[in-house]
Amino acid sequence: MHLLDVKGVTKHFGGIKAIEDVSFKIQQESIVSIIGPNGAGKTTLFNCLTGLASVTKGSITFMDAAISGLPAHKILEAGIARTFQNIRLFSDMSAIENVMVAQHSKIKYGFASAALRTAGFRKSELETRQKAFEYLELSGIDSFADLPANSLSYGNQRRLEIARALAAEPKLILLDEPTAGMNPSETSEVMTLIKRIRELGKTVILIEHDMKLVMGISDRIVVLDHGVKISEGTPDEVRTDPMVIEAYLGKEAAH
Amino acid sequence: MKRFLHSPVASALCAALLFLPLKDLKSAVILFVFVLAGISAAPYIRKLKIPQIPFKASGLSGFLPVLTITIFALLPFALKDYYLDVLIMFGIYALLALGLNVIVGFTGQLNLGFAAFYAIGAYTYALLNTRLGLGFWPSLPIAACFASLSGLVLGVPALRLKGDYLAIVTLGFGEIVRIVLNNWDTFTKGPNGIAGIEPPYIAGFSLGKLQYYYYLVFMVVIAAVFVIRRIEFSKTGRAWLAIKENEIAASTMGIDTTAYKLYAFAFGTFWAGIAGTLFAAKMQFVSPESFTFMESVLILSMVILGGIGNVYGSILGAFILVIMPELLRDAQLYRMLILGLCLVVLMIFRPQGLIGAKDASAGR
Repeated sequence: MHLLDVKGVTKHFGGIKAIEDVSFKIQQESIVSIIGPNGAGKTTLFNCLTGLASVTKGSITFMDAAISGLPAHKILEAGIARTFQNIRLFSDMSAIENVMVAQHSKIKYGFASAALRTAGFRKSELETRQKAFEYLELSGIDSFADLPANSLSYGNQRRLEIARALAAEPKLILLDEPTAGMNPSETSEVMTLIKRIRELGKTVILIEHDMKLVMGISDRIVVLDHGVKISEGTPDEVRTDPMVIEAYLGKEAAH
Repeated sequence: MKRFLHSPVASALCAALLFLPLKDLKSAVILFVFVLAGISAAPYIRKLKIPQIPFKASGLSGFLPVLTITIFALLPFALKDYYLDVLIMFGIYALLALGLNVIVGFTGQLNLGFAAFYAIGAYTYALLNTRLGLGFWPSLPIAACFASLSGLVLGVPALRLKGDYLAIVTLGFGEIVRIVLNNWDTFTKGPNGIAGIEPPYIAGFSLGKLQYYYYLVFMVVIAAVFVIRRIEFSKTGRAWLAIKENEIAASTMGIDTTAYKLYAFAFGTFWAGIAGTLFAAKMQFVSPESFTFMESVLILSMVILGGIGNVYGSILGAFILVIMPELLRDAQLYRMLILGLCLVVLMIFRPQGLIGAKDASAGR
C-alpha cells in the first residue's frame, strides 16, 4: 500500500499551466525529494497537497482516502503537515507557543472547560507544553523556547518550522527548501534531523536545491520541469537520466 | 518657497485656516500655536529617548491587580455621585474595549462598527423590559446572546473579506443598525428613544442607586477579565493569535480559520451585548444617538491606546478615554483636538500602545 498516490494532478492559474498531469506514488517511511529548476511547479504541488491551492484536474489519495478538495485544516487532521519556503512563523508568539498551536486539533477540551480552568484543561495544557518542548528539543532549539519566534536566527526559524510541523504529529511531512540560506554545517544538521524524522516512522517529501543533500538522503527523487514530471527514480537513476541533465544544463550537455 | 511649505509654520497655518470656518478666530489662533509648538518640539522630544516602561504580565498577576481591585472597591465610599457616574461609564466602556480587543487585538480582524452590538444589547433589554416586562436578570443573557448572534450574522458574509474591506463592511453594518433604530418608529420609537427602563432588582431591592450600580458593573468587568484571560491562554486564544500572525500558516496547522474568526466575533460581541444592557439599565433610557460611528471609533481608540491585544491595556485605554474628557471638561471645545494630539504623540513614541501585547507575552 502506498501512503500517498498523486494521479494526473494538473493545476492551471488562468492560462498558466503550473503543473501538468503529474503522477507519482510514495512509500511509507521513505524520503522523497522533488527537484527541478526554478518555476518548475514544486511549491505549487505542495500547495495542492496541503489544500492551499485547489487541483484543476486529477486526484490525490492519502492513506486510501481522497484528500483533493479538502480545506487545509482537514488535510492536517488527515496527517499531512508542511513547512514553507518563505518562513511563515507566528512571529510575535514565543517559539514554544508556535509549536503548541500545531497541536490544536489534538486538544480536546472545549470553551467552557477553558473558561472554568478545569482539571482536565490544566492537564491537557501541561501535556501540550511538555510535548511542544520535546519537539523543540528534537529540532535542537529548546533553549529558545520562550523567545519570540522573530528573534531567532534564520536557521533556527527554519528549524522551528520543522518542529511546529512535527508537533502536528503527521504521517507525512512536506519540507519546502528546509536548508535555503543555510551554511554547510547548518545544512548537515538539518540532514541529520530529517533522518531522525524518518526514524520516528514518518514519511518526508522534500523540495531542495542542495544536490549533495538530495543525493545523500533521498530514497527516490521526482524531477519536475515546467510543470511536467520528466524523471523519477533512485538518486543514481536520476543522476544519469539525459532528460534531467538537459533540464538543468541544456540540450548540448545531454549528448 | 518650497522650504517654507515644509516648515512647521506652514503646517500650523494650514491647520488653523482649515479650522477657521468651523470655529472663531480665537480658536484658530490657539490651534495655530498648539500645532506650531507641537511640530517644532517633536524632533527634540524624539531625541530625549523617553525610557519605554517594561510592563510584564507576570508582575500584573501578583500585587497590582489586588491593589487596583481594592482601590476600585473602596472608591464609592470616598467619591461624589458625579465621579461614580463617570466610573460606571468607565466600566461599561471597559467591557466594550475588552470585547473589541478579542476581535481586533487577538484575532486581527478590524471592526469599525462595534457600537452596533452595543446598541443591539441596549435595545434588546430596553424592548424586552418596556414591552414584555422582562426584568434585568433574565434579559442580560438574552441581550448578550442576541448581540453575539448578530455578530455571527455579520461575520458569516463579512469574514470573507480582509483588512480594509472588512473594516468598510463592519462600518456599514454599524450605520445600518443605527439607522434602523432611528427610523423604525413603531418598534423602537425612533429618535425619541425608549424611556422608563427598569434598573436591576435583587429580591425586590433596586440596584438603581449609583453606589449599588457601581458594584454591579465592577463585578461584571472583573468576571469579563477573568473569562477572557482564561480563553486567551487556551487553545482558542492561541488559534486567534495564530490567525492574526499568519492566517495561511494557521490553516495548515489545523486551525479552521473561518470558524475561529466567527468564534472571535461571537465572543467579542457577547460582551458588547452585556455592556449595552448595563448601559440601558443605568440610563433607564436609550436612543440611537448613543450608538454613532464616533462611538465605534472611541472604543477602537481605547483598544489601540492601551495596547492592542492586551486585556489590561484595553481597560487602561477605556480608563484614559473616559476619565480624560471629564478632566478636560473646561477645555470642552478642544477636547477632541487634545485627544487626537495625544493619540498621535502616542503612536510616535509607543506604536504598540501603552501596554503592548508583546510586553505581556514575554512574561507568559
